Amino acid sequence: MITLVKRPMPSRFWSFTTPVLAVIATMIAGGVLFAILGKDPVAAIKVIFYDPLFGPNAAYFRGQLLVKAGPLILIAAGLAVGFRAGIWNIGAEGQYIIGALAGASVALAAFPAESHWLFPAMVVAGALGGWIWGMIPAVLRVLFGTSEILVSLMLVYVAQSFLAWAAFGPLKNPEGYGFPGSRNLQQYPSAHNPELIAGTGMHWGVVAAFVAVIATYVLMSRHIAGFRIRVAGEAPRAARFAGVLPAKLVMFCLGLSGALAGLAGMFEVAGPSGQITDSFNAGYGFTAIIVAFLGRLNAIGILLAGLLMALTYIGGDMAQLMLGLPTAAIQVFQGMLLFFLLGFDLLTQYRLRVGKGSK
Amino acid sequence: MTGSLLKIEGLTKAYPGVVANDGVGFEVAPGKVHALLGENGAGKSTLVKMIYGLVKPDAGRMELSGRPYTPAEPRAARAAGVAMVFQHFSLFEALNVAENVALGMENPPPMRDLAERIRAISAAYGLPLDPARIVGDLSAGERQRVEIIRCLLQDPKLLIMDEPTSVLTPQEVEILFHTLRKLAAEGTAILYISHKLEEIRSLCDGATILRGGKVVASCMPREKSARELAELMVGGEFAATDRAGRKSGAVILEVDHLNLPPMTQFGPALKDVCFTLAAGEVLGIGGVAGNGQEELLATLSGERPSGPGTVSLHGQDISDLGPNDRRRLGLLAAPEERLGHAAVPNLSLTENAILTGTVRRPLTRNGFLNMGAARRFAEEVIKGFDVRTPGPHVAARALSGGNLQKFVIGREVLQAPEVLVVNQPTWGVDAAAAAAIRQALLDLAAKGAAVIVISQDLDELMEIADRFCALNEGRLSDPRPTEGLTMEEIGLMLGGAHGMQEAAL
Repeated sequence: MITLVKRPMPSRFWSFTTPVLAVIATMIAGGVLFAILGKDPVAAIKVIFYDPLFGPNAAYFRGQLLVKAGPLILIAAGLAVGFRAGIWNIGAEGQYIIGALAGASVALAAFPAESHWLFPAMVVAGALGGWIWGMIPAVLRVLFGTSEILVSLMLVYVAQSFLAWAAFGPLKNPEGYGFPGSRNLQQYPSAHNPELIAGTGMHWGVVAAFVAVIATYVLMSRHIAGFRIRVAGEAPRAARFAGVLPAKLVMFCLGLSGALAGLAGMFEVAGPSGQITDSFNAGYGFTAIIVAFLGRLNAIGILLAGLLMALTYIGGDMAQLMLGLPTAAIQVFQGMLLFFLLGFDLLTQYRLRVGKGSK
Repeated sequence: MTGSLLKIEGLTKAYPGVVANDGVGFEVAPGKVHALLGENGAGKSTLVKMIYGLVKPDAGRMELSGRPYTPAEPRAARAAGVAMVFQHFSLFEALNVAENVALGMENPPPMRDLAERIRAISAAYGLPLDPARIVGDLSAGERQRVEIIRCLLQDPKLLIMDEPTSVLTPQEVEILFHTLRKLAAEGTAILYISHKLEEIRSLCDGATILRGGKVVASCMPREKSARELAELMVGGEFAATDRAGRKSGAVILEVDHLNLPPMTQFGPALKDVCFTLAAGEVLGIGGVAGNGQEELLATLSGERPSGPGTVSLHGQDISDLGPNDRRRLGLLAAPEERLGHAAVPNLSLTENAILTGTVRRPLTRNGFLNMGAARRFAEEVIKGFDVRTPGPHVAARALSGGNLQKFVIGREVLQAPEVLVVNQPTWGVDAAAAAAIRQALLDLAAKGAAVIVISQDLDELMEIADRFCALNEGRLSDPRPTEGLTMEEIGLMLGGAHGMQEAAL
């Protein structure tokens, strides 16, 4: 019989080891899944994890890695701050959409004027848009005690409807021959968020993601505000005793994660995506939740987890293309990663004892 | 009445890292009240859990009425005639008395018959209780009566009582003892667990003293003095607290007509609480927990701000200030619940030092944590208050209750408060540590600070407080000097016997 014994202190060793174990377990279980689907598991795993980095077309895919990882990391860094406080923003996808709409609206309103001020103004608008969308569940929770989980999630669908309306309506390209979607900002120099170093995929959004990682790391581990956020998540009564006001905390966390998600959306629409369409959002806001937990809600961990997740995105696309794996199989594969991570996470708090257990 | 009802030999139970019981043996005769005496962690709870079938012993044997007795679960123990009243009640507040009793029975009779039997038993043993009342409205003493009657309905041969008087007023204790003596006279054996020595001397016919999981002595409690019993329990000399060298000065804290709505559904409201507190003074607030103690601490610490003008410090109205603003002005507090309120279980002691220490100690620079300074502060607390731990990096939850309590009290005392409010400062703390905490509070007052001690332990309050008042159902009695106060008077201040004066004593 196997019994679980609670450790007196969380194990440092296991908190570093469990993500690695989870990745290995995902590879094994994923391999089994692919084998059941009639694909060669070793080839599939190689296409997903190895080829994008070192395969024949790696030069192109390596650039894609940062393009995909940038928004994931930027959003997850903000979400993790709230998650540490026990404030669950599930609606980053919606905040991402509104941030993109706000940024693109500023650019499209100014078109075709060229100015050095336009891009910074778009950055501010994007952050502000996401912040407002994040503050809606925050204010409702503070005033009426609603669940921020449900409200933020439902606002994703509101944002999606908003996006479709904008893409077919006010933001539609007047010279677009009736096709839905806005002007392409990649062809509007003042508004464009370009690749900064050719071939790397590095754009301002990736820079912002790195800055967010460093800033949230310093906030959570070195600053009294981050300390209070951690206390609030661990022991709400102790937090109140330490002088934390729950209302302020809710607004700060949802506002911050909303603003960062909004920024991610804005950088995406001004850069890699280029235009607002009704299918502009690609699920970054939801995947970032996985990234935040995969990174153990730690800024550095999120950086690594974001890169890993981006790799499974790119590798998953390649596997679809080259091996004909269904999209759903790739999504299951990504879900397994979170599943195994949370499962192995048990080992940081508990030790397994095999043998005769005492009741 | 010869022979023994319960006989225990060589009972041993080990947990990882600690031997809770090591070859424990004793006997209880029918009709006797037998005391199990020992400090926290001496192994009393483990021992009775084995007798009640909650824990399985590793070795040793038990006999009940001359037959081998190995209860696999509490149900088997109850079937064999063993009943237990726990220290913490397991009652549903939203249900009435009869419903609660029925929930604990294997085959509950129809509610009307049960109510009848509850009435009969409560009359027979002088424990008045209305079966139709909602448990949420009952006092702690009345709730205990529900648990006792639940046991008596089983007609037990052996009744185990775990620290039964910790929540009772002196009058209620008298009534309980009256009931227990009556039960014993009818032939029921009672195993009585406590660390209150005077009680044991007046009630028990025999005592087994445990220390570190072993039986260190057996005696007739009446033949020993309380001091001798304490020294057997602790295994050493007992240091008396020194309350010399204090004189009270000007009024620092003033609480004026403080009212507060209940924080939880069955929680008490604070009603018109008034008192003043002078520098150098220790004010003891007695009363059974759940009568507004937590609420009073929360309003004084700033966690629950109160109406304007109700709390003033040095003449300044601080009613609407939060905990950190009050700390800045010198008003500090240590709540009762150590894990999750006074300290964060999963954070290290260094981080727990930061929890309340940043306002009065330079632990931050421009909002950034100075971890070195925080660690030094935690080490200072550990050293100054003899906290037994490998170091400040250890998580709070890894400490024993007593050690964590020393850390929590030390953390506040070393911040040099002008007013310190503590709730149940020695609850669950061993005698030596409790004495150290009391001395620290007295020393703090000797340096000119004002101290409020909220406690259920009346002996503790008599030992260190200059003035005493009682908090009962959210009302605070007028503070009176402790010198010359008798237990009788204290009992009446505590609300007497909660509507039981009519019971025959």
